[in-house]
Amino acid sequence: MNSHCLTQPSPRVSSVPDAINSAADIAGAVTARTMSAKEAIDAALARIARYDGILNSFTDITAERARARARAIDTAIAAGQTVGPLAGVPFAVKNLFDVAGLPTRAGAKINRELPPAARDATLIERMEAAGAVLVGALNMGEYAYDFTGENIHDGPSRNPHDTTRMSGGSSGGSGSAVGGGLVPIALGSDTNGSIRVPSSFCGIFGLKPTYGRLSRARSFPFVASFDHLGPFARCAADLALAYDAMQGPDSDDAACTTRPVEPVTPRLGDGIGDLRIAIAGGHFQTNLFLEARQAIAHVATALGATQTVEVPEAARARAAAYVITTTEGASLHLDRLRKRPHDFDPAVRDRLLAGAMIPAPLVDRAQKFRRWYREQVLKLFETVDVLIAPATPCVAPRLGQATFVLDGVELPVRANIGLHTQPISFIGLPVVAVPVALAPMPIGVQIIAAPWREDVALRVAHALERMGAVSAPPPKGL
Amino acid sequence: MADPLDEYIDAVATALRLPIEEAWKPSVKANLDVSLKLARMVDEFALPDATEPASIFRA
Repeated sequence: MNSHCLTQPSPRVSSVPDAINSAADIAGAVTARTMSAKEAIDAALARIARYDGILNSFTDITAERARARARAIDTAIAAGQTVGPLAGVPFAVKNLFDVAGLPTRAGAKINRELPPAARDATLIERMEAAGAVLVGALNMGEYAYDFTGENIHDGPSRNPHDTTRMSGGSSGGSGSAVGGGLVPIALGSDTNGSIRVPSSFCGIFGLKPTYGRLSRARSFPFVASFDHLGPFARCAADLALAYDAMQGPDSDDAACTTRPVEPVTPRLGDGIGDLRIAIAGGHFQTNLFLEARQAIAHVATALGATQTVEVPEAARARAAAYVITTTEGASLHLDRLRKRPHDFDPAVRDRLLAGAMIPAPLVDRAQKFRRWYREQVLKLFETVDVLIAPATPCVAPRLGQATFVLDGVELPVRANIGLHTQPISFIGLPVVAVPVALAPMPIGVQIIAAPWREDVALRVAHALERMGAVSAPPPKGL
Repeated sequence: MADPLDEYIDAVATALRLPIEEAWKPSVKANLDVSLKLARMVDEFALPDATEPASIFRA
């Protein structure tokens, strides 16, 4: 299997800071000793130093730690030891992951007063156990209650294809850093779309695994019912490498599965001939700008998908997700809302205050509806293997844009970017967001599979890459 | 006549000890209005009495 990014501009790995190498290429070169881990990390740090003043994707750069780790990898390889499939690969994490020695700010002013984390998040430990090297923490929307990538305290992370536009949220820095080629892999969280939205806006691949697949231990929560962690990359093969490295049970996360590790990388190139692929209809074909319709048609044509299936009550599912989110979020932050209301982003604070006022029976009914909806969607997966749906209604809006017009109705941007992602994360389905490189701005499409079938979604993403139908475009103007 | 939603916001804020300044109220109200509309959309959907919430706990 060819595990390299298929659409990178250069097939040769390079330590020149301007080169955008895939994780697989870097790990291959470091393992083969044609590049040292030190060179790989120095190149990433140089690129961050050169371009992050434009993108504002990083909030912390862990250069000293990264260089020490790179030296250890080079020493191990020189001694003939096996380092792992991500040897020397630089990566960064949304700043809601615990990084030992840093306060876990979660995009908030309040949290940066916390004592430094004593230990890395489980997923960082697993990435580093596979040879990857953490180079920093990434900007995000406050407390992850965001689809824009804007942050009142740290400034917005910026879209690498047009820096006047949103990166998407809430994992905006993750999207910006990978889209801008600063790191080949970043980790983020997705509660209602926060991996898929930045992937769409920044033109990269993102994996939101099945709910419970990857440990959330030692990450700052938002909505325990919906919180997922997952990787971003510039190709499906790199997503699979990171995903495989991070799988496994973890008693430190009550929701984490005890299923055995199910590696995807060995099966990534198996093709899609056996898969039944359909287009999600109804709710997923409303509230779309022309570019989102074009992207769906493009991917459907590439996959030979002609059948449209109705996802029953998807709009109501989005409504239920909204209600559970705002109430669980309010519960999480209730004490901070009482004691530190002036230290929140007002837009976040006022949504949370409103969330505290939803009567409990309505939340209980939303959780009961969730059970019903899950059963209906699982029935769909008896006749199809994959659903394709838009990731966002439009390409990245301008920074600061407050409203857009969807199906003739002017709506707030911030609350409605996730219209098509929320009904999917609501029941924890695995999704790969794939980038369609429309000009001038890319846009994503969701490849949705049945629970625990990340392998299917990643195979489809990889096949689309092989066809040349999807790709992560090089950043413009960096 | 006072808007019942304004009175509701004041009452819940008092009950939950949430300090809501006058200047924030229009935004809180707008957000609550959207959330309640969406909650009503879920509320209208009839479900069997035996439906378990998705958040059930397994011992």
